Amino acid sequence: MTTTTVSGNWFKKFLRSVRIPPVYIFLIVIFLGGGVLDQIFSDGQIFTNQAIFINIIVRSVALGIVAVGQTLVIVGASIDLSVAYVISITAVMSSYIMQGEPANVPKAILVVFAIGALIGLVNGLIITKLHVNSFITTLGTSLIIKGIINATFSNYTGSVPKSFQYFGYSTIGPIPVAVIVLLVVVIAGWLVLSRTKFGSHLYAVGGNVEVARLSGLRTDRVIIGAHILCSMTAVLTGLFLVSRLQSGSPWVGPDGLYDLESIATTVVGGTALAGGKGGVWGTLAGVLIFGVLDTVFNQLGVNPYLKTVLRGAIIVLAVASYTYRSKKEAA
Amino acid sequence: MEEQKKNTEEASAQQEPLMEVQNITKRFPGVLALDNVSLKFMPGEVHAVVGENGAGKSTLMKIMAGAYFPDSGELYLSGKKVSFSHPQEAQAMGITIIYQEFNLLPERTVAHNIFLGREPSTFGIVDVGKMNKQAEDVLKEIGVEKMISPTSLVSSLSVAEQQLVEIAKAISFRAKVLIMDEPTAALTYTEVNLLAGLIGKLKDRGMSIIFISHRLVEVFDIAEKITVLKDGQLVNTVNTKDVTPADLVFMMVGRTLDHYFPPLGKPEDFGEVVLRVKDASNNFLKDINFELRKGEVLGIAGLQGSGRTEMAQAIFGVVPFKTGSVELHGKAITIKSPSHAIKNRLGFVTEDRKAEGIIPMQPIRDNMLLTVRSTQPIFGAIHKDGIRKSRNLVPTLGKQVDIRTDSYDREAQFLSGGNQQKVVLSKWLASDADVFIFDEPTRGIDVEAKAGIHDMIRVLTKNGIAVLMISSELPEIIGMSDRVLVMWDGHIEGELPAKSSEHEIMLMATGGKKDNKYQSLAVAGKE
Repeated sequence: MTTTTVSGNWFKKFLRSVRIPPVYIFLIVIFLGGGVLDQIFSDGQIFTNQAIFINIIVRSVALGIVAVGQTLVIVGASIDLSVAYVISITAVMSSYIMQGEPANVPKAILVVFAIGALIGLVNGLIITKLHVNSFITTLGTSLIIKGIINATFSNYTGSVPKSFQYFGYSTIGPIPVAVIVLLVVVIAGWLVLSRTKFGSHLYAVGGNVEVARLSGLRTDRVIIGAHILCSMTAVLTGLFLVSRLQSGSPWVGPDGLYDLESIATTVVGGTALAGGKGGVWGTLAGVLIFGVLDTVFNQLGVNPYLKTVLRGAIIVLAVASYTYRSKKEAA
Repeated sequence: MEEQKKNTEEASAQQEPLMEVQNITKRFPGVLALDNVSLKFMPGEVHAVVGENGAGKSTLMKIMAGAYFPDSGELYLSGKKVSFSHPQEAQAMGITIIYQEFNLLPERTVAHNIFLGREPSTFGIVDVGKMNKQAEDVLKEIGVEKMISPTSLVSSLSVAEQQLVEIAKAISFRAKVLIMDEPTAALTYTEVNLLAGLIGKLKDRGMSIIFISHRLVEVFDIAEKITVLKDGQLVNTVNTKDVTPADLVFMMVGRTLDHYFPPLGKPEDFGEVVLRVKDASNNFLKDINFELRKGEVLGIAGLQGSGRTEMAQAIFGVVPFKTGSVELHGKAITIKSPSHAIKNRLGFVTEDRKAEGIIPMQPIRDNMLLTVRSTQPIFGAIHKDGIRKSRNLVPTLGKQVDIRTDSYDREAQFLSGGNQQKVVLSKWLASDADVFIFDEPTRGIDVEAKAGIHDMIRVLTKNGIAVLMISSELPEIIGMSDRVLVMWDGHIEGELPAKSSEHEIMLMATGGKKDNKYQSLAVAGKE
């Protein structure tokens, strides 16, 4: 898993502590393969045009942020299907509160994060205290949110001030702010999982809840915490989307398939759906794989329906390769 | 033996026992697991608890570790009465148990496992460096820091190393009493020596080590005192130096058969060879060779982990053999899957009823028809109680095996253990199999149902069916088998004729035949 380089000990140590998942090889193969195809069949911009490269990452920001949250939840052997509607409610509520006024921005951000935290808390409480399966719980809450949004907002609502669009469009040097935000979220997610007690306990709960309980962990709190954090990342994705779209729409979350794609990228990134194993770096690779695929397909002018078929096939292939590998190791 | 007992008592009188259990009784539905057991455990002493499967060893250990609550009786720790409602309480007071199945998180590092729930941290940020350092200190304490790095993933460690991690975890709790359930079951010879050395070190620190083992060689190597349990009762506690392995085996099995078995097969009942396994091996098994004849019950004895179940699974195609040959009804065959096995008229009544035998949430009826339906063509007509011509299979079978229920629509989970086993049996009767593998056919069911199942096995063989019967219960093996194969360490250690004694079987099943050291001990004991 770790590659040997001449760059010295600290680099090896760093690689080992980060635990670079094998999915990065997959990412590089897809990038190079796509680039070659692009050279042959199209204008070859993937390798030459830096803007395209950055564009891949910018396209990945929205999915990437929420996928980090989803990774936390899945590491804890839970799942969150409600993120798409949390994104929607964030988009409409924030732009409704902002109404184009820069002065309203802090208030809007505060409100949407509070809403996100509340939804995560409710999800976690239902799963741990009422012992409802996480899939059903979050499916239920997402339907509830959907109903509330649809009853209240039917179309684009409000608008965001120019200053808020900074989040979506500005760059620091050549690097877009959004990309920095994504990196910060990924690093934060990594630190939470690898450096905090909470993260450590999350792996334990996801790995074997009985072992965790016998070791004296408060397993319920860990799961609730993961759900709150996950909803917060969905809120952040919602804010990013609204800053780019300039106005909140109720269908922005489900249309982007953020629920299923965040799960798919997490799993493609090597996090076990059964929990206890994985991490955010793998998820980032999963997200970038999706971004690269989209870009390559666009460059090559692939039929959008075929695009979806190929995406599906790649998800299944990637995950099948993991189980094949782990089976081989076991035998 | 009286004298030995006196010696033990004298030694106890000089020193305060570290832990003591008094008059412990524990009853499970239908079984008296422990009957008024009292024991003392001294500091700086290694105490082995031995006995047959079902003797109550594990139950006693779990009570001491707070995982079970006794029905009556008391626990004393350093002379003070204690009572645990949760394993954590026992752990906090210095009693740690290491189960046969480890409680480790395979995808986490050694350090994370050792300090799970107690990670050194400030404001929720784990000080990984400090944790690794502390883990290393603990590993150093038991002298294995060169073998195990605190940052390795547990899944990358061998079973022996994982066990050392469990011990390190116990040490980090400042355990005073360390209980190990079959610590050597999965270890190689060198690993056992390492463990023995480690146990010696822990002993010198004044800890009390209690371990359950089936391997008498190691019991004699490691323990100073041995307690023998049988059917939930204390047979005796002896000093190791005062007894021989032969004495011990006698104490473990010395009892009369407690229930009636149907008469064994007569030579004229046995027909041609229906199943022949030759030089077959896979990851768990090596060089399996045997023949099974029509109309006979071939008993498979051996300790847990000796490869009995693996052999059944190999024959039935669950985890097939990799090399060697299998001949069924005189034809060479490679069984690749259970459905392939069923098509070739093999039946497998599994050990773990809940996990492999019945589908608890389905009606009895559908459970009984599982095998029949599995060989049906996909669009074949299905009747409520059977298929094709045998439309009334379910009531017929139900009567045959005497399932006691008011309706076959009842979910199988609501039946008693004995009746569930009958459902499993009827499922295989329906399949037309003529070679049956029984894996622990009567585990955990009451005496009456046991006798019923034994009778049924004999009815099968009378009808020309060949039976391979795996059992941990020696009386069952002896009472039912026309021949006995004894397995040890993944191969067939030897074959014994009908009516062999428990002593002979146990000697072979503990590797006695193979291990020279043990053999010399055993021979010495006989003289």
